[in-house]
Parts: sequence; C-alpha cells; structure tokens
Amino acid sequence: MSILLTNARIIDPAKKTDQIGSILIKKTKIKEIIYGGNPDLGAVGDVEIIDCSGKCLAPGIIDIGVKVGEPGERHKESFASAGRAAAAGGVTTMVLRPDTEPAVDNPETLQFIHRRAIEDAGVNVLPMAALTKGRRGQEMAEIGFLQDAGAVAFTDADQVISDNKILGRCLTYAKSLGALVLGHIQEPSLSKGAVVTSGPFATKLGLSGASPMAERIQLERDMALVEMTGVKYHISQITTSVALHVLKRAKKAGLDVTAGTSIHHLTLNELDVEGYRTFFKVKPPLRHEDDRIATAEAVASGLIDIISSMHTPQDEESKRLPFDEAASGAVGLETLLPAAMQLVHAEHMDLPTLWRALSLNPAKLLGLKSGRMKKGAPADLVLFDPDRPFILDRSKLKSKSKNTPFDGRRMQGMVMRTFLAGREIYAAD
Amino acid sequence: MGLSVRHLLGIEHLSPSDITSILDLADTYVDLNRQANKHSDVLAGLTQINMFFENSTRTQASFELAGMRLGADVMNLALGASSIKKGETLVDTALTLNAMNPDLLVVRHPHSGAVELLSEKVKCAVLNAGDGRHEHPTQALLDALTIRRAKGRLHRLNVAICGDIAHSRVARSNIFLLNKMESRIRLIAPKTLLPSGIDQFGVEVFDDMNEGLKDVDVVMMLRLQRERMDGAFIPSEREYYHRWGLDAKKLANAKPDAIVMHPGPMNRGVEIDGDIADDVTRSVIQEQVEMGVAVRMAAMHLLADNIREHKQKELMA
Repeated sequence: MSILLTNARIIDPAKKTDQIGSILIKKTKIKEIIYGGNPDLGAVGDVEIIDCSGKCLAPGIIDIGVKVGEPGERHKESFASAGRAAAAGGVTTMVLRPDTEPAVDNPETLQFIHRRAIEDAGVNVLPMAALTKGRRGQEMAEIGFLQDAGAVAFTDADQVISDNKILGRCLTYAKSLGALVLGHIQEPSLSKGAVVTSGPFATKLGLSGASPMAERIQLERDMALVEMTGVKYHISQITTSVALHVLKRAKKAGLDVTAGTSIHHLTLNELDVEGYRTFFKVKPPLRHEDDRIATAEAVASGLIDIISSMHTPQDEESKRLPFDEAASGAVGLETLLPAAMQLVHAEHMDLPTLWRALSLNPAKLLGLKSGRMKKGAPADLVLFDPDRPFILDRSKLKSKSKNTPFDGRRMQGMVMRTFLAGREIYAAD
Repeated sequence: MGLSVRHLLGIEHLSPSDITSILDLADTYVDLNRQANKHSDVLAGLTQINMFFENSTRTQASFELAGMRLGADVMNLALGASSIKKGETLVDTALTLNAMNPDLLVVRHPHSGAVELLSEKVKCAVLNAGDGRHEHPTQALLDALTIRRAKGRLHRLNVAICGDIAHSRVARSNIFLLNKMESRIRLIAPKTLLPSGIDQFGVEVFDDMNEGLKDVDVVMMLRLQRERMDGAFIPSEREYYHRWGLDAKKLANAKPDAIVMHPGPMNRGVEIDGDIADDVTRSVIQEQVEMGVAVRMAAMHLLADNIREHKQKELMA
C-alpha cells in the first residue's frame, strides 16, 4: 500500500524551497517527490490519495531536549502521553533529556527507557544520557557503554559542571569516543537563586534576577574548553545577544559547535511574568524583548541552528506556589509548531528556514536520515495549515501536565496530520 | 470615598485618590488614638486574621491593635514554624482559612508575589504586610502620613531614601507612593545595595551621601540587615557607617527643618547615629510607629466598606 499526498506546499529545508507538488510514500519511506499540479499516476499502482488542498507538508519535527517523566515522575508525563502530545504537535522524533529521577547515567536505565519508549511512545525516541554520574558534576558517566546502548548525546541538562578540570576531562574522553556533548550555559554563581532576568522589571516584582552576562560568561568558558579538547559540542539554549557574539566568534574560529534555543525564548519575553505567573517560569528565565528579537534573527541567519520545545511537564502542585518556589519549565511538544509559526507570520523567516531549525539541522547534528524532503528518507511528515487561527485551551492538551504559557493565546498555524514512517499517527478533528 | 481595589496588595495598584482617602481617614484615627477611649465599632462583627509567615513584632502588633480598636475579632497565626514545615502549600493554607470565613486577612510572607497568589484563592480582603522584597504598602502609607503631617503636603518635596534599597520592600513601596504623589525622590546607596534598573523608576541616584542629601526635606533611612554586612555587599559596618551612616555632619546638607525617618528596627551606629535617632527636633521615628496604627485602621476600614457594599449588592441580587 502506498500513499500519495497531492496538492501540497512542500517545504524542503535543504533546498530552501516551498512549492506545490506531491509526495509518494511507499511503506516507510518517501518514494517520489513530484513538483507541479497533477502527478502522473500511471505506474504507481495501488495507492491511497490524500488531497492536501494547498496546505504545507514538511519533514516531521526533531525535538532535542524533551523531558518525559519516566522514570520517576510518571504523574507528570508518561511515554504514552508525551507520544500523543508529540504526534499532535507534528514532532516525529523526541530526543530525551536525562534529567529524570534517577538520572539516565547508566546503560540499565537507558535500556528501561528504550523498552518503555517502544511499548508506549508511538513516535521515534532517541535518549540522551548524563555526562556525569547522577548529574552531580563529579565522576564521569559510562559514556562508552551508554553509547553502545544507544545514547545519542551526553548532557547534565540544567546542571552546570563548575569544576573546569572535571569538565575538561569529560570533554576529552567524549572526544575520543566521538560523542556529542550538550551544555547548559548559565554561570552557576550568578544564576543561583535567580528566577528572572535582572533589570527594572525584576526589581519592580522584587524577584531575584540573573544578568544576561551569566550566559555569556559560561559560554566563554565552555568555548575555551571546546577549543582545548576539540569535542563536538551543542549549546542547548542560547537566549541573549551578549552570548550570541561569543557564539559567532566560536563558529568563525572553526570550533565544532552548534547552538539551539527554545521556542519560549523566541516568542515570549520577561514581561509575560507580570502577576507572578509561574507558567512563564523557565530555565534560563525569559529575557528582554531586545534579546528575543536578536535570538529570532540569529535563527533566521543560521547562527542559531536548532529550535527546541524544551518540553518540561510540571503538575499544578509544583506550579501553584510563590514564584521563587515554583518549579521551572513549560510543556511545548504540542505548541512548538503553532508558536514557531509566529516567527514566519512576523516575517523573521520563511518556512524552509524555520524547518532548517526544526528538522534538518537536528537530523544533521545527530546523524539521522530523517528531517529532510528527499527520496529514500523516512516518511516522517507533518501536514499543517500555516494560517489557520485558534485559541489555545490548555485543558485540551494531550500532555498529562498542562503547564503551557500559551493558554488562552491566539495562535496561527495548526497541525492537520502527522505521519511516522509512512503511517498516519495523528489527524486533527 | 471607597477604595478602587478589593485588596491592599501594593502601592502600585492604588490611585492617588486611594492614597489620599486612606491618609485623610487615618488623620481622624490619629485623633481617636490619642483619646482615653480609643474604641470604635467600625469593624464590629468582622473577623481579622493575621498570618505571618515571617517573624515580625512591630507590624503584627500594629495590625492587631488597629483591628482591636475598630472592634474586629482578631486572631494571630504565626506560621513561620508550623505549617510550612509540615509541607502544606501556601494555597492549601489559604483555602483552609478561607473556609473559616474571615473578612480581613493580613499576610506577611518571605516570597515576593506570595500575598498576591493567596489573594486569588480567598474570598475576603487581603492586606499585604510585606512580601519578600516586593511591597510593604502600609509602611509606605504610614511614612506618607508622617511626612504629610510634618510638611503639610506630599507633592514637590525632596525625599532621600538611603541604604539597602536592593533588598527593601519598604523602599519599593515608598518609591511607588512618592512618585504617585509627585514628590522628588533621591536614592543614596553604594551600587551593591541598589537593585538593577532602579534608575528607570523616576528617581535620582547618588553614590555620595553628602551630595544626595543637599537641600532635601525628608531623609528616610533603611535598615541594613546583619547578613548583608559580612563582606558580600559592603566591606564592613564601620566603613558603611563612615560613608552612608546618617550623622549630624551629613545631615547638615539637608534643609534645616528636614525630618529624619526610619522604619525600624534601627542599627544605631551602623546606618544612623544614635543621637540623631533620638533628637526629637529632627527624628519622627516614634511618630511613624504611631501613624502605623492609624493608617492600618484606615486601610481596614475602607476595605471593610467595600466588603459590606459587596455583600449588600449580593443580597439585592
């Protein structure tokens, strides 16, 4: 059985094109891409035809840095609920963070994740593992065994390894095994206790703020260690213009560095916290509007390579607290695409450029065949209406936790169907 | 005239006419409080609960006395130790108390925004008695009443606020209030004790105290907390006193009739010279305490009017 998706605006991030055409899916792969109005179906045979009626068809999103509550916090998010949320958001590959309870720092825990993902997730799941045992920044995790067990990258998530000697050794060892390392670039002594970005707004609310310089200082340190060790390094979230200068310099110097940012830092700013709204408490904190614009422009120019949802489920109990005490993080799998469409509607970038950051670059970073519109690539696809407006209702989210900052917000851009390896895994009502 | 707000969460939410209403009514309570019979029945039948999640002697006593003088049934809950340690969340504590049908809830909490969070979960009127480093509205109101009684007005006065502004909710509330009432505000402190972006709050900032105090009408000193004196924010107590402590020499820069204020408790010999604190011709520190009771009576009175009006409307409907 084959599927022919006709009359679609095909978004090809590699060729940077956005053209009407058809895609023929055979079994799990893209068999043919035919540009133009009416494809010749002569030799195709038994085929189900889906008329996309001019909607956009793009590679499924590869979301690096998703947190699922297994093991340890299944009441916040399970593989089943995260998988449903991903499918509804056009995310076909979740790259998991290891900051679970306990942390993913040994091959046995990683195997548990593989098993649970296969049983329940319904989308591709690629786990990352901790760089140090227990994410404590003291002893190296078994990077080699973890690699053999399928870890695609290594990171202590939001824990910064402050001891330069230990981090230097971890990076050197990772380099010798060809492992990819992800870093959180918030200098810990400046960030300690900070829940917002410092400035007049933080002062007005009486909340502890960290200077954007905390990001730059840590990035400068990490770049020095990357230069020293030659490791392949990805900045999981860069969010300030002062740090972007450092990134630019590092890339120019030829370091093996890529950078990501979160959808929340691209679409929200510090002022959204007004009224101590804890659903807007994320790590790093939301930034000034100037930084948001600079970050969006850096995605458009390609300086920032990847956009992630930084999906972090938190239950009501951990958010319904004074701002200082509330948990950080926001769910994002389902809102990543509609929120990212804001960048297109605001004319920061076109659709192929956006998909370079949502699927092509993540695939390149992790050495995946997906993420592109190419004959022979896995048929992981998302069909979406770029203009369709809706008001987000958090109670309708498929995630177990409903901690989205976009509740009640007018959004434009809706996922219509999601395909995983040629099989439809989601269709909008 | 009633207040435009249901809760007293911060000066930021008040209009100049709200502030004037509270101060005008407070003036009448100053008179009442100076009589032998201080009793009124404005709050008779209403229940006032004071919830202090942070230790306080003077603010809690002031609110308690204000409620009792107005005839409310007053209950004090010191929550610093008990419920927090039992793991009960603030919202659960609020819901529990809400079920007891209080009318006025006075809350102090160590975290900024906590009182606002609590006010969203209860039906009664909430008064902020200080939340983190955010606001302490009744302190700013009592300071305003003290100034207005001493100077006859609030507008076009030069007011200097000196000391640990970074960690002070009193300073924030005073900055909001004095701006709304069109005073001119100067902040005097070492940069380590100034919060970031404070220059955008309609204030003039001075590092040098002699310069900052030039021709001011009011000098407000802030308490320097012990834990800030350990070398992290300032090198030592004695250096701080030398540069930013209020002594006669520095005060000589101010207008000859300038008043000296302090929210208490004072560190004599750290932020203020003992002789100045006790000089009744300059210091209005004791009067501030007196105004505190009157201002809290006025604020609770006006919020109670709102409650009664609201209940009346509910009955009519």
